[in-house]
Amino acid sequence: MIRQMTGAKMVVQALKDQGVDVIFGYPGGAVLPIYDEIFQQNDIRHILVRHEQAAVHAAEGYARSTGKPGVVLVTSGPGATNAVTGLTDALMDSIPLVVLTGQVPTFMIGNDAFQEADTVGITRPCTKHNWLVSDTARLSATIHEAFHVATSGRPGPVLVDIPKDVQFASAEYTPPQKVRVSHYQPQRKGDLDAITDLVAALEKAKRPIFYTGGGVINSGPAASQLLRELVEATGIPITSTLMGLGAYPASGKCWLGMLGMHGLYEANMAMHGCDLMINIGARFDDRITGRLDAFSPDSIKAHIDIDPSSINKVVKTDIPIIGDIAHVLEDLLKVWKARGRKVNAEAIAKWWERLDEWRRVDCLKFTQSGPTIKPQYALARLEALTKGRDRYICTEVGQHQMWAAQYLGFDDPNRWMTSGGLGTMGYGFPASIGVQIAHPEALVINVAGEASWLMNMQEMGTAIQYRLPVKQFILNNERLGMVRQWQELLHGERYSSSWSEALPDFVKLAEAFGAKGILCKDPADLDDAIMEMLDYDGPVIFDCLVEKHENCFPMIPSGEPHNKMLLGEASTKDAIKAGGAVLV
Amino acid sequence: MSPLKIKKGSSKHSAYNLRPTFSDVQETHTLAVIVDNEPGVLARVIGLFSGRGYNIDSLTVAEVDHTGHTSRITIVTTGTPQVIEQIKAQLGRIVPVHEVHDLTVEGPSVERELALLKVAGDGEKRVEALRLADIFRAKVVDSTLGSFVFEITGAPEKIDAFAELMRPLGLVEMARTGVAAMSRGI
Repeated sequence: MIRQMTGAKMVVQALKDQGVDVIFGYPGGAVLPIYDEIFQQNDIRHILVRHEQAAVHAAEGYARSTGKPGVVLVTSGPGATNAVTGLTDALMDSIPLVVLTGQVPTFMIGNDAFQEADTVGITRPCTKHNWLVSDTARLSATIHEAFHVATSGRPGPVLVDIPKDVQFASAEYTPPQKVRVSHYQPQRKGDLDAITDLVAALEKAKRPIFYTGGGVINSGPAASQLLRELVEATGIPITSTLMGLGAYPASGKCWLGMLGMHGLYEANMAMHGCDLMINIGARFDDRITGRLDAFSPDSIKAHIDIDPSSINKVVKTDIPIIGDIAHVLEDLLKVWKARGRKVNAEAIAKWWERLDEWRRVDCLKFTQSGPTIKPQYALARLEALTKGRDRYICTEVGQHQMWAAQYLGFDDPNRWMTSGGLGTMGYGFPASIGVQIAHPEALVINVAGEASWLMNMQEMGTAIQYRLPVKQFILNNERLGMVRQWQELLHGERYSSSWSEALPDFVKLAEAFGAKGILCKDPADLDDAIMEMLDYDGPVIFDCLVEKHENCFPMIPSGEPHNKMLLGEASTKDAIKAGGAVLV
Repeated sequence: MSPLKIKKGSSKHSAYNLRPTFSDVQETHTLAVIVDNEPGVLARVIGLFSGRGYNIDSLTVAEVDHTGHTSRITIVTTGTPQVIEQIKAQLGRIVPVHEVHDLTVEGPSVERELALLKVAGDGEKRVEALRLADIFRAKVVDSTLGSFVFEITGAPEKIDAFAELMRPLGLVEMARTGVAAMSRGI
């Protein structure tokens, strides 16, 4: 049956056929026909955000917590340009998104029309791919292709720009099963010879380590399951990047904690001292490697990644394996079992003795004393009081983000939403909205700093409108804490513009929106206050006044290798040398 | 550990096609990239090179298969072996890119470029220009009493050499197409 319909109707039909049940967006002149179609149906729920950037971050939270692509609908011009930060964030962290933008009608493109922007030009470097659809007959097939590209291979954001006349015109609808097979088909199975080489290296290794990343989460729940099986069966220690937390449970016996610039001492020392590093779905980011020429000097490096350009980009790889993590781990386990499940058990037991020595340094220890709440204490209590609940954690960006990664434990994938690659302040609040939409019954907490949180605070309106009980746990030090920390270490304690003056009264702010506000400044009140937040059925702004000058440790100073970690205040003097000062 | 036995051509996007990387030697490579002939595809390729700081020595593009809507982009680029491998892998990530061939490592290839050179002069210089053009098998495609426009085809080095010879004889303008290249044999 040939189905003629308008472009606007096609958009809604294509989203339904792709299994989309919720989209995040903000209307405007160039998308009115699509909004009119959304109004006339009930299958797809539209969540009205208060700023287009928040629509994209909410879709990221939705995608990261469900494994499904997030969908965004915004208007032309400013709608599209406001989405750019979110697109870049999703590209850096490999989050599948389909962003639909309105565009001025085709005959006005290039004439500097009202609310016109060269959206495909502006978003070309910050999307995995984008399309300007100039013919209604191509619209439905393009949207289906967009979903394919966003979710295949290394996931990422894509954008479809739809001029208003294309939305009004009619053409035949192409259902997903009739779309021409895309030539874009990334390789999923890893090369068996390379996998066998990795197994051979693994059997002999004396000091092996798994270094996992967001790729394991992106590959889906099967990848996490296989990873757990592999780690448990071999007894090899495992560390993870910020993006990969939860793939292997924090309560697991082989867990070393997060690695990297603010990673755990034992994890970074193990990376430095290992003789076989098995990178699974991570990308040797500069937050992880520290000084490259001194990065893990004595190890064979294996790298499993679905993106060939990640291989040998910064660190030379001895055993590259290109493929989807779940597929490769499945084959890896098969080969390892078929060869007799061998590991160098004696050497690994010795390796664990050394790891346990490093663990005894207890790099995250802190002392809660005095009348002020330490941020670490606030997170330790949050962890204790929410453990075991159906819990999702989002963060903003800065010190609080690193403390959350250090002090909260994640036992499952898709439970941790944070802006890793781009480091977008203002990410966490809208992301928590997206997560709560996807998981209405779950406990969703956004661990925030007061400065980051203010960047998208307008989303309180969205939280109230949709009755989303998101908990905004703000560690308020009245400072841009991470900036302040770097100014202390690098710029002679000249705190240039790094304090938050004229902060709002967060309790009154919450009340002004119709939410609940809680102020807590006494460590003795903290538990009761957190319980009050958890028990309240609705959005809460929790203003937790914390120690203002607390620094985030451990820390690998810029330009130094893993074994030159700073463990606390005493070690910071002149820690960063001139070469490191130019690094971010 | 011995270097991995990686089969050449295991992946068209090159990661298994590893040559010794991480050396400081600058190499010049000619890449042939088959892409969908769609709006913006050239901008994606050029944006990749500028965004990631790679060099473009020469770039040509034209549709080569009208029914299949594919174009061929020939890029000459310079970098360390690691950068060259990274360029190929990054090109392979671009969605409308079908194939990336490194003609420099895939065996012998031919490279050709076309150039137009305007040479102005009279008397002995004019005669000498015409004589040299004949030696280089350059064609005269326009002539006035005071000038010639020569058309010359060949490897870029040949065009460089011809241009050097024409410079003292009154070279006033030059237009070059950039390199088109193809592997030899089947």
